[in-house]
Amino acid sequence: MKFLCVECDRQMQFEERQLPGDGTLAAAFRCPTCGRVVALLTNPMETQLVASLGVKIGGTTIDSQPLETVRGMVTTGRDDAFEDGKGETGKGKGPLPAWSREAQERLARVPGFVRGMVKRIYLDYAKDRGIAEITPAVMDTARSELGLEGM
Amino acid sequence: MSLNIRTYHELTEADRSGLADQIGAQRRRVADRLASVRRVVAVLSGKGGVGKSFVTAGLARALARSGRSTGVLDADFNGPTAPQLLHLPVTSCTLQADVIEPLVSAEGVRCFSMAFLLEDGRPLAFRGPETEGHVWRETLEAATLREFLADVAWGALDELLVDLPPGVQRFQELTELLPARPAVLAVTIPTPESRDAVRRALRAANDGKATLLGVVENMVGGPFVGNAADELAAEFGIPVLARVPFHPGEDVWENVVSKLQ
Repeated sequence: MKFLCVECDRQMQFEERQLPGDGTLAAAFRCPTCGRVVALLTNPMETQLVASLGVKIGGTTIDSQPLETVRGMVTTGRDDAFEDGKGETGKGKGPLPAWSREAQERLARVPGFVRGMVKRIYLDYAKDRGIAEITPAVMDTARSELGLEGM
Repeated sequence: MSLNIRTYHELTEADRSGLADQIGAQRRRVADRLASVRRVVAVLSGKGGVGKSFVTAGLARALARSGRSTGVLDADFNGPTAPQLLHLPVTSCTLQADVIEPLVSAEGVRCFSMAFLLEDGRPLAFRGPETEGHVWRETLEAATLREFLADVAWGALDELLVDLPPGVQRFQELTELLPARPAVLAVTIPTPESRDAVRRALRAANDGKATLLGVVENMVGGPFVGNAADELAAEFGIPVLARVPFHPGEDVWENVVSKLQ
């Protein structure tokens, strides 16, 4: 999918992704010449179809997690369905980012079936960007950038 | 005045979404994971209640006992039974860096099933709009099959048996996802009704250029009467691999193993 600023005859560039509510997925694109921003808004059915395919509008910058679609979409999963293997948390080398107390509280509210995956996604995101501490603000930014529809 | 709008391919900067590339990456992940699997065998029937899962489990256990490394992918997401039939407990799945470890039976069969993931007694339910669920549910089940193939650490296997639900849709999804055509083992009971349903499934497999290994006739010697296996074998030019009574001994499965090269 590409967006053309007809007035400038320039391809618009992906700016950000948001989940403004009611199942809408918004992907914003900006014209590099005139700065005009347009947003693609999917309706809940279109958002669902994108999520069902396991793809992300706007792309992604981190690797997918194992069973990402299953864990993100199944609502009747067991809380204890998954356990982490020893010494395998987050990708890449270097120290693991810390979690602020508020971020830990927010993570604890994520259903157990998907919590481990969500935790890894935030860790991967933070490590990729050299972020030392994961805060709610980091989580919000990651959700927007990575297209974590509904997580 | 009409607007001057160029085509997708005339816009030369990258498509950051790259949806086609994302789909391609998904397919490559399946191919990479299965590169060390010698053969994928789809166990299908087109008819419910003929014992596909029972046959899959009996065959898998016998294959493992014979020394062939064997896996079972339970593709019946709405009625998963493979763990019980392989005598596997429902327990937590171990998550490694980028894979899920399958559970391994006492005989060494590596298994992954939706039964490991669902709450006891709850149906498989997906998050999504409450209306028009039929539009996206099958897409999600196909994505589930893809992730079971690509994200489970199957390792080096001689045989990966895929226990399919009734009908041909999941088989067609499997065929589209695999890098090469699967082999097919059909299961029927003796009745003409089963024969007719299995015929449709075998025809779909034939149309998909799958290799037909043969047919197993299950529940023989009981109330079900007919010659389904012989008639299907003659029609499709395939062997009858076994006639399985209601309470088969291990020798029945070992005979099937000896015929599957």
